[in-house]
Amino acid sequence: MKVLYFAWLRQKIGMSEESIDLPAHVSDVAGLLDWLSDRGPEFADALTHRQVIRVAVNQEHVTFDAPIKAGDEIALFPPVTGG
Amino acid sequence: MIRVQREDFDLGQEYAAFADQDAGAGAIVAFVGRVRHMADPDQPKSDDNLIRSITLEHYPAMTQKELERIDREAQSRWPITSSLIIHRHGKLFPGDQIVLVLTASPHRDAAFEAAQFLMDWLKTKAPFWKEEETGAGTRWVAAKEKDDDAAKRWK
Repeated sequence: MKVLYFAWLRQKIGMSEESIDLPAHVSDVAGLLDWLSDRGPEFADALTHRQVIRVAVNQEHVTFDAPIKAGDEIALFPPVTGG
Repeated sequence: MIRVQREDFDLGQEYAAFADQDAGAGAIVAFVGRVRHMADPDQPKSDDNLIRSITLEHYPAMTQKELERIDREAQSRWPITSSLIIHRHGKLFPGDQIVLVLTASPHRDAAFEAAQFLMDWLKTKAPFWKEEETGAGTRWVAAKEKDDDAAKRWK
C-alpha cells in the first residue's frame, strides 16, 4: 500500500510517501491512523489531532470509517486551503 | 475544462478562447482569485501581516480528478454550457493570480451561481495547501470556517 503525506503532515513525518505492508488486523482508515501513530514520535505527533486530518483513498475524499485494502493509495493531509 | 499549472494565465486570452468555443452563450461569468497582500486583511498592516510569498502544494494525481468531479457537479446542477477552471501551484507573490473560473450559460443567474459554487467547492475539496511567508516566518494556512459555511449552502 502506498501512503502519501502532504503539507505539515509531510513536514512533521519527514517524508512525502512510503510503501507499507498493511497488517492483517487493519481494515479501515481509523485503524491505519492508529497503527501509523505507533510507529514513532514523529507519526504520533503528526497524527494526534484527528480533527485536522483529512484522508483520501485512491484519490477520493473519505471518512475515517472507510475500508482500505492492500494496493490502495492512501493520502493523509490537513483541510485543504486552495483557491 | 480543467487546467492545473505553474504558469500564469491571461484572462483576456482565456476569455476570448472560451467565448469563441461557446458562441451561443448569452452570459459568461469570470472569477479571478489572487494572492492577497495581507495574511489577515482584518488586522493592521505590519511586517508580520504582510505576505512575502505563498507556496501552493497539491496532490497531482487527485487534483485533476477532484476538479473534474466538482465541475461535473456544477454541470448537473445548472444549465451551464461550458466551464473552465485554471488553478496554479508553486511559489506565488502578492497580486499574482491563483485561480480562474469561467462559466457560460444562456442566462446570467446560472452562470453567476455556478461560478460561485465552483469556487466554494474548490476551496473545501480540491487538494491544495497554501504555505504563507510573512515577516513572522512561514506557516501553513489554516482552513477557514467561513469557507466551510459557504460550501454548505449548496446542499
